[in-house]
Amino acid sequence: MAELNAPLPSLADRARAVSAEGTIVGVHFFRQVPVFVLGEEALLFAPPEGNRLVAIHGGAILASAADGQRIVTGGDDGKLIATNRDGEYETIATDDKKRWVDQVALGPDGAVAWAAGKVAHVRTGKGEQRDLEAPSTVAGLCFFPKGFRLAIAHYNGATLWFPNAAGAKPDVLEWKGSHLGVTVSPDGKFLVTTMQEQTLHGWRIVDAKHMRMSGYSARVRSLSWTHDGKALATSGSEQLILWPFEGKDGPMGKQPMLLAQSPARCSVVACHPRQPVAAAGFADGSVLLVRLDDGALILAREADGEPVSALGWSAEGQVLAMGTENGSAGVLTL
Amino acid sequence: MTAIPSSEKIPVTVLTGYLGAGKTTLLNRILSEPHGKKYAVIVNEFGEIGIDNELVVNADEEVFEMNNGCICCTVRGDLVRIIDGLMRRKGKFDAIIVETTGLADPAPVAQTFFMDENVGAKTRLDAVVTVADAKWLKDRLKDAPEAKNQIAFADVILLNKTDLVTPGELAEVEARIRAINPYAKLHRTERSKIALDEVLGRNAFDLDRILDIEPEFLTADDHDHHDHDHGHDHDHHHGGLKHYHDEDMQSISLNTAKPLDPDKFFPWVQDLVATEGKDILRSKGILNFKNDEERFVFQGVHMILDGDHQRKWKEGEERTSRIVFIGRHLPEDKIRKGFESCIA
Repeated sequence: MAELNAPLPSLADRARAVSAEGTIVGVHFFRQVPVFVLGEEALLFAPPEGNRLVAIHGGAILASAADGQRIVTGGDDGKLIATNRDGEYETIATDDKKRWVDQVALGPDGAVAWAAGKVAHVRTGKGEQRDLEAPSTVAGLCFFPKGFRLAIAHYNGATLWFPNAAGAKPDVLEWKGSHLGVTVSPDGKFLVTTMQEQTLHGWRIVDAKHMRMSGYSARVRSLSWTHDGKALATSGSEQLILWPFEGKDGPMGKQPMLLAQSPARCSVVACHPRQPVAAAGFADGSVLLVRLDDGALILAREADGEPVSALGWSAEGQVLAMGTENGSAGVLTL
Repeated sequence: MTAIPSSEKIPVTVLTGYLGAGKTTLLNRILSEPHGKKYAVIVNEFGEIGIDNELVVNADEEVFEMNNGCICCTVRGDLVRIIDGLMRRKGKFDAIIVETTGLADPAPVAQTFFMDENVGAKTRLDAVVTVADAKWLKDRLKDAPEAKNQIAFADVILLNKTDLVTPGELAEVEARIRAINPYAKLHRTERSKIALDEVLGRNAFDLDRILDIEPEFLTADDHDHHDHDHGHDHDHHHGGLKHYHDEDMQSISLNTAKPLDPDKFFPWVQDLVATEGKDILRSKGILNFKNDEERFVFQGVHMILDGDHQRKWKEGEERTSRIVFIGRHLPEDKIRKGFESCIA
């Protein structure tokens, strides 16, 4: 951050250092305890009293999701595994052809969705399983806020599917190109995908009206809704970019908010669950806490050249966990 | 920022070839030799023949268009995803080998390494290696455009199953390959037997390695040509090989000893690949710009060009600009005139 004139207020030296063997690809919480998802095989439970490594997969961990009760992971061993707060884990599905399970999503009522190849699977809270074949490989999964509907991103658009409505034909939102990630606004009105290009695509679900959100310097790989659901924070540029989703038109015809100008590219974003604050991680290793009202910044991790690859808040927002590609991590209690 | 130097990126070798040419035999040879290296192997979904390797990923070859349908901006969507996943296990392998189906066009595979930032940041395309069947390639060049693409695109060609053809047939198929692609390294093989350093670690897409783009057929190669029947052949000869002209796939070589004007050259070459890029499979060049002490090198795949200053011209080195295009129905006169107009 040498380019900045005045030094930023910093909390970086208050963070508890955690060291993982290997790349960190995600982080979730069981209450106040951060659990880092490693690129290979294991979850790293990192409470203050000491780290605990739990090996769960026989290879790379490709996707993870959590709901406070369990962390569900998909791996290149073809397995979908659920791990609880005690580190007890069980295999909840195995792909019959041992294909990579590379997409996972959790619904609000205990439902879990996962994908291997073109097939999206949902196991409902009651334990019933439904499958849907997408037109191409499933590249993103996301439950709608109420959990009844699943959004599936794929080549040339997204499919919206009610897994419980037997025989109902899924709706398709079309837009040419490769859609890689998907999220639905907390009010359920908008669906946004990240694309292979340096752009986001969005639809207003009621009328499938298109929204293009572009101007990035890289592919957008991280999305996070603000605590009130009124804006979508995104990575992919040399600043934190937030698109406004207030009102019936979403970001159509509006300018995004640009905060936390940085010499490095933003690689991960995570909005605070309760406050108008976002954490933004950058490719130079720095993490900034950004106050969304006025753009005020606090440094949460010093730049050290290790790209930030995971950020997560505890449910109450008192603890921020930060992970990097080389495995050095930090836990900051506010 | 951590920019990974090219030498530390994981090299990726693309193995192409028409059905039955011997790709899988070559792949198993690579994997079974005692080289002490570990490979991650990406095979297509139809590759059912046993591959004895720890890290094998099955891919559905998904060719995705980018930028709303620009046909030159196609990438292999499955590779984007698979390489992202494989990089989580970096340290577990030294290199990646991608085996394509017999019908695959190599271009989207190659373009993936230039179009996807994440893939390009962590891996580098080493070479496109094409295995061709000495007995059947001649027929496939007539009826299968994919086979011709694979030859045109190749950095290394294994002309395989040479034991199944006569010396005359071999000379003819070799000449037909040279008519399409005179720049690839050509090896005659039986049962895909070849020294591994001839197919791996080639750095064919590395700008620093674009040292020599002379066509191979003009130089004496290390193969045994003595059994060719020279005396009774009335065709045009180059270095003991018949000269063929392929009806739709050619290479064009341009050179000049006069310095080029970069302000003319870059707009010209960019316009050329923008208009003809879908027909230009590969391009390479070493350029001598006026008032520039360094040589400029570039290479390209369809519309994607990658170029940089390479090094200072050496004392006494001939400052010649040379460019090669390999492509389909290339408008040679227009390209030659355009190139000449870039002379300073």
